[in-house]
Amino acid sequence: MPYTADKPPLPETPQQLRDRIPGWGADLDPADRPAVPREVRDPATGAHWDLPEQQEERRPRERSIEHARLTPVFGTAAPTRGLSGVIRRFSYRRFGEGRTVRWLLLIAADRVDAVEGRLTSSRGSRAEAAVTGTEPHRGPSSTPRRPRPRRSPLGRALTVGSWILAGVLAGRAVRRMAGRRAGR
Amino acid sequence: MRAMTYRGPYDIRVEEKDIPRIEHPNDAIVRVTTAAICGSDLHLYHGLMPDTRVGSTFGHEFVGVVHEVGPSVRDLAVGDRVMVPFNIYCGTCFFCARGLYSNCHNVNPNATAAGGIYGYSHTTGGYDGGQAEYVRVPFADVGPAIVPDWMDEEDAVLCTDALATGYFGAQLADIAEGDVVVVFGAGPVGLFAARSAWLMGAGRVIVVDHVEDRLAKARSFAHAETYDFTRHKDIVVELKRATGMLGADRVIDAVGAEADGNLLQHVTGTRLKLQGGSPIALNWAIDTARKGGTLSVMGVYGPVPTAVRFGDAMNKGLTLRANQTPVKRQWPRLFEHMRNGYLKPNDVVTHRIPLEHIAEGYHMFSAKLDGCIKPLVVPGTA
Repeated sequence: MPYTADKPPLPETPQQLRDRIPGWGADLDPADRPAVPREVRDPATGAHWDLPEQQEERRPRERSIEHARLTPVFGTAAPTRGLSGVIRRFSYRRFGEGRTVRWLLLIAADRVDAVEGRLTSSRGSRAEAAVTGTEPHRGPSSTPRRPRPRRSPLGRALTVGSWILAGVLAGRAVRRMAGRRAGR
Repeated sequence: MRAMTYRGPYDIRVEEKDIPRIEHPNDAIVRVTTAAICGSDLHLYHGLMPDTRVGSTFGHEFVGVVHEVGPSVRDLAVGDRVMVPFNIYCGTCFFCARGLYSNCHNVNPNATAAGGIYGYSHTTGGYDGGQAEYVRVPFADVGPAIVPDWMDEEDAVLCTDALATGYFGAQLADIAEGDVVVVFGAGPVGLFAARSAWLMGAGRVIVVDHVEDRLAKARSFAHAETYDFTRHKDIVVELKRATGMLGADRVIDAVGAEADGNLLQHVTGTRLKLQGGSPIALNWAIDTARKGGTLSVMGVYGPVPTAVRFGDAMNKGLTLRANQTPVKRQWPRLFEHMRNGYLKPNDVVTHRIPLEHIAEGYHMFSAKLDGCIKPLVVPGTA
């Protein structure tokens, strides 16, 4: 096949495509495409404020150090708690978003959170059973746990390996910072 | 209320939670009537997205009925049937004032690189999502819209992300008449991107995946040629052969962080979480594009660095375009296409799951069982 200036021929003509595919070419003109141009000035958004009112911060809310302030609105799902919360708050307080260690610490905190969640949910159900005299249920859900997707031994080993690696990296980061402080 | 609740990787349940309350004057509380599970929810489910907290509720695709409004809400009233874009945005910050709603600077304290998204970890702001009976909707005068009378409930829920994102992805690819377009991924976003590429005048549309049910849907719904990458030793070489050895003019990555097809990338990206995902599709996309071509990235990747073949992208002079979709900007034109019969979103829906059974739904969707392409979630129907 010679390499020439010509484009390889298409299997169908525009008319054939228009006949076969409903709407073919309806947005041929980029002016009809709502994402063109990428930036538009002052679109009608429905907002009736210049700066939104500030949502009340009922408890200290962790935030990126790349923000100048707590954003006017923020999510309040699952506030930080326990050891996972300590790791998360440390990560947000200490590292910018461009630092990989920030994200690895957050992933490590997620794993700690999952373990903490299991511990507290089983303890809660036993306590509840002791008070109410009912049969303990399996965790806080009334929905029985569904079988997990089957995971191979290699897969499990790799997953555990990732936790260990994240722990090592987090430990190194903490040691490095402790060293910096000691050197001051 | 009943709500899907994350307990750890591969472990979700339905639990009792408090009905969310108004926390800001422009909040609304919406009673969810239909939600969806998105392919990107699986990244959370698999523990890939940093700061995904136990006890949080996923779900960024939902429609419902307004249950309560805050004191400054003007445009919505209790009882309105609303569709809610997956973006949470203020409407007036530097980015919103330029139409970049998905990049709002006023809604995500946890990270400046990402905007606010319902039910998508604290990395996108720490909001609970719509796979529940009720959900808090911030900036109710900005994001949600009343569902048009003519619009089907399932079509409406697909407009809140999957359809809008596929359509946006095709636009980012800068398709011109006669262009050869390759779409990696035949999930809902890939299918919608492929279908939308024709609207923009594509001359050929090729979809690549490895799940036969999805490839069949790509042929029937998106009128596309299809390639199963597991049937070819080297899918990039195969696609080069199919394009006169030049490569495709425009390539769309509609796969993202959990791509199959390369063991090393899969292990380091998906298993070990040492990358922000497994960039197999992205690297194939870079190598499939012709020199001077355009690459549109709809696939979601995490914030951890990812091993992308950037040298190839540079040497080939590619234009890389990517973003989360500013959903509401797409709606007026999308609605026209729907009314004209050019797009029928709920053609990709394969399963409707009661909220109480959502754990099975995640498992089925994650393992691509039972021909699952797009599962919807319906509260209160167990």
